[in-house]
Amino acid sequence: MIQQQSPSSQPPASASRRRFLLSSARTAGGAALMGLSIGLYSRQSISLPAEALRPPGALAEKDFLGACIRCGLCVRNCPFDTLSLAELGEPVTTGTPYFIARDVPCEMCDDIPCVKACPTGALNHSLENIDDARMGLAVLLDEETCLNFQGLRCDVCYRICPAIEKAITLEHVANVRTGKHALFIPTVHSDHCTGCGKCERGCVLEEAAIKVLPLNLAKGELGHHYRWGWKEKEKAGRSLVSPDIKHEYNLPEGQHYDYEGEGLIFDDNTSNGAPFSSDPLKTLNQGMKEAP
Amino acid sequence: MIMPLHPGAEAIQNKGWLLAHKWLLARRFSQLAILILFMIGPGLGIWLVKGNLSSNLVLDTLPLTDPYVLLQSIFAGHTPETTAMIGAAIVLGFYLLVSGRVYCSWVCPVNMVTDLAHWLRERFNIKSASTISNNSRYWLLAITLLLAFTTGNVAWEMVNPVSMMHRGLIFGIGMAWTILLGVFLFDLLVSRRAWCSHLCPVGAFYSLLGTHSPLRIRADAREQCNDCMDCFLVCPEQQVIRPALKGADKGIGPVVTSANCTNCGRCIDVCSKDVFHFGLRFNNKPVHNKNIHNHTDHSTGAEVL
Ligand code: SF4
Ligand code: SF4
Ligand code: SF4
Ligand code: SF4
Repeated sequence: MIQQQSPSSQPPASASRRRFLLSSARTAGGAALMGLSIGLYSRQSISLPAEALRPPGALAEKDFLGACIRCGLCVRNCPFDTLSLAELGEPVTTGTPYFIARDVPCEMCDDIPCVKACPTGALNHSLENIDDARMGLAVLLDEETCLNFQGLRCDVCYRICPAIEKAITLEHVANVRTGKHALFIPTVHSDHCTGCGKCERGCVLEEAAIKVLPLNLAKGELGHHYRWGWKEKEKAGRSLVSPDIKHEYNLPEGQHYDYEGEGLIFDDNTSNGAPFSSDPLKTLNQGMKEAP
Repeated sequence: MIMPLHPGAEAIQNKGWLLAHKWLLARRFSQLAILILFMIGPGLGIWLVKGNLSSNLVLDTLPLTDPYVLLQSIFAGHTPETTAMIGAAIVLGFYLLVSGRVYCSWVCPVNMVTDLAHWLRERFNIKSASTISNNSRYWLLAITLLLAFTTGNVAWEMVNPVSMMHRGLIFGIGMAWTILLGVFLFDLLVSRRAWCSHLCPVGAFYSLLGTHSPLRIRADAREQCNDCMDCFLVCPEQQVIRPALKGADKGIGPVVTSANCTNCGRCIDVCSKDVFHFGLRFNNKPVHNKNIHNHTDHSTGAEVL
């Protein structure tokens, strides 16, 4: 457009056009600057601290931020006042819904009213069974303070869990401190834990030993080429690594090895020629006898 | 020429205070009523409306969604559920009919803040030289959509003073008052009607909705205009009045056709000659009148105080 300017024939027109172009450029520049700063600001202030959990059915965080229009209808429909909208200055992306499990956990309503209320689908409407929700994953973070780890029977997180015996089980382990008791270790299973946060809320300690973390913090991820040999074997119905032939052990005469069974076996009747008896004491005594 | 005391003084003398503030009062009533409807839910437990202006549910049945916010979400790459689409369609339909910027003058809570800033600015005669193009808002509108597209986040809604204020009043305001204070001070000290009439992309979006709306301000009685300039002084979008009011000899009809007009009706209030009224955009022919250039002064004399 600029090169079309007629230099002298119509000075007022070209001057006004120049003024117009200049002011448009100024406006566009200003707007671009403002856009840039808003963009930067929003990049900076997108945040979801580990203790803040999204409502059930929330899309993956990146998609959620584009889908949620910050209307608060999910907040309003939660009968337990679990959810709130982040205010400016709070550490969660402004205007988006979240909850802090230690304050008010999700009660896992059967009809999932928060998801139903969401007009945009930022809370995915295909979530129909609350047991399929994955708001996060409980992790028993502090073994040094968890009472059960010390051998006491607190069990509160286990008992309070809506998916008791599925999401949290108590695994028995020998108590080496007393030497005669068992530890009942609360153990979370990610295939059932919804991340509702009731265990974190319930933990009797001053600061919860068990906490719900966002999945990306709580879960490890295998290298994509990794395969668990035993699972692959089960799937295939045979070993995939080496052929399932009987393993040959080069053992002294009179001994054999029972693979995946008893282990090393001494054929007792042939013990005469063998260097070692199956009874270590016997072997030792034999050594004594032979001494000069 | 002696300036009148303040715009509308003559109208008050002629029509009485109440009639000279009729539309202003109606507007404030509407803005406050809408806000109160939203606030009595969390405040008193009376749930007539749930949610906020971005999206809400009226009487547990009627979904309403702000089409601009939803558009940002779509630009961010999300395909919204039907509820939001239906809600946005209803709102779109409404503003296509009554003119988009009815949102600004009758619904938006920020308007009360900027009106206050403007009133104080006039009251204390604050002048400042800086001018902002009133097209800036369209640039900003484009940029907010571009931002949504590039960041995949409805980024503008993290700072948008309109949603900040409305959401804040209903769900807790946090530090968002600082943004509102910024808008207020900007309007008060930096530039006249800077936010609503020059920068706000929400207003820009609703302006675009109103380009063909039937509901319009008309200056049908424009030959009675006595050039007191009161309408011009109170109008938040000054540029929209001139063609309709003064365009008779250029063949321009009496309808305020600009989509920037907020349908606030303040021009109707302050005109002592009852030049303006609400009407439809159709039948916009310049009526030829012999007396166009003949400003016989029938005024009460109040203007030469
Ligand atoms: S499932 Fe129930 S308790 Fe949990 S967030 Fe939704 S509405 Fe609230
Ligand atoms: S109802 Fe949906 S769109 Fe509204 S705040 Fe909750 S998640 Fe966001
Ligand atoms: S409630 Fe806390 S202390 Fe008790 S067993 Fe669970 S994690 Fe340990
Ligand atoms: S023309 Fe009248 S109704 Fe439109 S914005 Fe101006 S004062 Fe308000």
